[in-house]
Amino acid sequence: MKTTMKLMATSCLTLTASMAFADGHMANEMTIVSWGGAYSASQQNAYHAPYMEKTGINIINDESSSEAVAKLRAMNEAGNVTWDLVDVEAADAIRLCDEGLAVEIDADEVLAAAPDGTSATDDFGASLISDCFIPQIVFSTTFGYRTDMVPAGTEPPKGACDVFDLAKYPGKRSLNRNPIANMEWALLCDGVAYADVYDLLETEEGQARAFAKLDTIKDQTIWWTAGAETPQLLADGEIFMGSTYNGRLFSVIAEQGQPVGMAWDWQMFDLDGWVIPSGLSDDRMARVLDYVNFATDTQRLADQAKYISYGPARASSAPLVGDHATLGIPMAPHMPTDPANAENTFYNNYTWWADYRDDLDAKFQAWLSK
Amino acid sequence: MSDKMMAADGRPLKASLNRALRRQKLRALALIAPLLLFIVITFVMPIADMLFRSVENEIVSETLPRTTIALQEWDESSATPPGEPVFAALYTDMALATEYKTHTRLGSRLNYEMTGISSLFRKSGRGVGKFDTDVYTKAFQDSNAAYADPAQWASWMADETVRGQLPMTADAYDAWAAMLISEEGDVPAEETPWDFVFTALYLEASAGATLPVDVDVSSVEPVSLMAQFEKIDEDWADPEVWRTIKIYSPRYTNGYFLNSVDLMKGADGIEERPENEQIYITLFVRTMIMSLSIMGMCVLLGYPIAWILANLPSRTANLLMILVLLPFWTSLLVRTSAWKVLLQQEGVINDILVWIGLVADDNRLQMINNQTGTIIAMTHILLPFMILPLYSVMKTIPPSYLRAAKSLGATDWTAFWRVYFPQSVPGIGAGCILVFILSIGYYITPELVGGTKGVFISNRIAYHISSSLNWGLAAALGTILLVIVMLLYWVYDKIVGIDNVKLGG
Repeated sequence: MKTTMKLMATSCLTLTASMAFADGHMANEMTIVSWGGAYSASQQNAYHAPYMEKTGINIINDESSSEAVAKLRAMNEAGNVTWDLVDVEAADAIRLCDEGLAVEIDADEVLAAAPDGTSATDDFGASLISDCFIPQIVFSTTFGYRTDMVPAGTEPPKGACDVFDLAKYPGKRSLNRNPIANMEWALLCDGVAYADVYDLLETEEGQARAFAKLDTIKDQTIWWTAGAETPQLLADGEIFMGSTYNGRLFSVIAEQGQPVGMAWDWQMFDLDGWVIPSGLSDDRMARVLDYVNFATDTQRLADQAKYISYGPARASSAPLVGDHATLGIPMAPHMPTDPANAENTFYNNYTWWADYRDDLDAKFQAWLSK
Repeated sequence: MSDKMMAADGRPLKASLNRALRRQKLRALALIAPLLLFIVITFVMPIADMLFRSVENEIVSETLPRTTIALQEWDESSATPPGEPVFAALYTDMALATEYKTHTRLGSRLNYEMTGISSLFRKSGRGVGKFDTDVYTKAFQDSNAAYADPAQWASWMADETVRGQLPMTADAYDAWAAMLISEEGDVPAEETPWDFVFTALYLEASAGATLPVDVDVSSVEPVSLMAQFEKIDEDWADPEVWRTIKIYSPRYTNGYFLNSVDLMKGADGIEERPENEQIYITLFVRTMIMSLSIMGMCVLLGYPIAWILANLPSRTANLLMILVLLPFWTSLLVRTSAWKVLLQQEGVINDILVWIGLVADDNRLQMINNQTGTIIAMTHILLPFMILPLYSVMKTIPPSYLRAAKSLGATDWTAFWRVYFPQSVPGIGAGCILVFILSIGYYITPELVGGTKGVFISNRIAYHISSSLNWGLAAALGTILLVIVMLLYWVYDKIVGIDNVKLGG
């Protein structure tokens, strides 16, 4: 009996101790959640390292962004938020904001103004898509193709609409296994004007038309769920062309030297940035705000582009984008925002998708499994 | 009495024995108590909580308490939106929910049922503070300064007679005061009530209630709250929106369960989902069929291997056993990716087949991103779960039985089928249960190699847990899966008998 009591007492103590540890965030530490891989490395180099040097605060990287939405909700329900700052896509930021899992911020109060005095609100401009979202980078979902598989005598594909042209460019394609971007491209390439795409997608006829267009390439398409799949499929020669994030294609082309070309036309612009989880204590909140102010200023955002080919979300950062830190090539031409690449761009309408995602996703998955 | 046996201490033996037994039981219970507690807290409770979400639906009536009550009067099959009183209730609820920041949460919840409600609520939260109802506030305060005095308001609202005269105003004031304390940290007795409280006061005054200080507000042009809401978004005039709110206003709902079997709640009861949204039944059926085929493949492949392992000299058997276990110790993702390299169209197997000349170069086999890929990869991954129980059961079958059968004149086949096989059935049973139950819950492998036709129901559950945050639907799908497994287990018990399952010796 005595042993049991002792055992129970010990386990209780351990339990309380571990709980106290989980809660008692060390005063000098901050857990920042991001996507891992090359992306986290770019943030480490551009933001974390200089900040840690400047303040002495230790930043812990957690690579859980892909499951951040669910984990934040679980943490919030358990009343124990262990993350200080989370890197998410804009669409998820809206969801987190709606669910009350992220804090609303006043951009002009929290974020630094541009060096020339332009307010943060103006400098970030349209990228401030939600009250909770602190934009970092502009990336795009666009197409890469095998340069050695282009049929002889044909010009190489230029963009999204070439993916639907099986006669001109035979071979397998890869597309994201969710409706976002695919539905828009389908309508656009079926001759719908850019301005009418979302209006038309709200209607049954519009959706049917998009699915009909996608039907034409359905059996030639491999549907991916992770951003790394298309680069791998391209490298293996498994597909002729496929969509993925432009930074992934950059590393296939510039870092691995694969025979892959970029097709930028109608690239789908997307944003990635920070959200601050709700439920932080005051001192943790103050620390996070200080970090965010530092990490999203004009110079820091421009610095990140040295390590990865995503464009800074601030207008004032664009002129400061220099060469790649190790390859030494100029990064500006690889940015989705470069004028040569951005002749035709599609702006993802996040708020529209916040409404239609559940519905269209169900229809899209039903269509896929047919 | 004399026939009762007594213990040494003079008590009846029976009682004494019982006491000793009870003490022993308690001691045993105390010993396992930490584990029991651990399992209950970390395993049973979370699962029960998750399953409970499949019917729980308190968010609607908690966020819009007044509206859901007012809506009871409204007929959900009507073609017109509800009247002004419902909009008045919605005004109070929405103004409060916006301060608590719960309106967007409710919006996301209802958006699962009707597309567009999410942004309707987001917009309404922004617009509800800018209604023209400030004319009421102004009218009262201009007519009598007492209405602009926070302390006066507080004393009225503490007075039972006033509260009895103005129940709606008192209710709005109480809710406003509670919100002020919890959200802003202000003292209600120092703040003038907001427009929605004055709106309630005006509505009651114009209905003839006695005011604490009599003022004449009959000259004020009434503001139609319905029109105000319609100004934010004309969807508020859409009866479909109200139907959704009303249908989902009870605290518990079967909506998630209906949804997970491709049904939905319509205006007149349960109806089928439109054909282009039906997916879950297909996925359930597919998950079952594919899991059964994976199980079958595992038996076919695992049985001979286990037989060889059990009948070889132990030195060789151990070496072979390592070969069975080696993939078991390799990361799941690595094994799945390896199958991609092997099976894809430009992959190793296709290359070899083309090289031999069995397939034409432009007609390579499609072995991945479909059901074939899922079955191959999952059979490989789950094979050890079949081989290990089979092996440990076969190990206990004495080889002499087979020899005896043969010496009595049985052919090889008869000896195997009549003597050996029946003894190995418990191993097959254990292996089948393990493989089947593991495979219906798999989602990483189907996600990576399943393409469009090889994905399982668990992939959708994962999507609803991690992306769409529709945990209610995920919980309903999970509950159905759990019930199916239990049903199959019961059927298995009836046919084979659960006593006939052996995981080893």
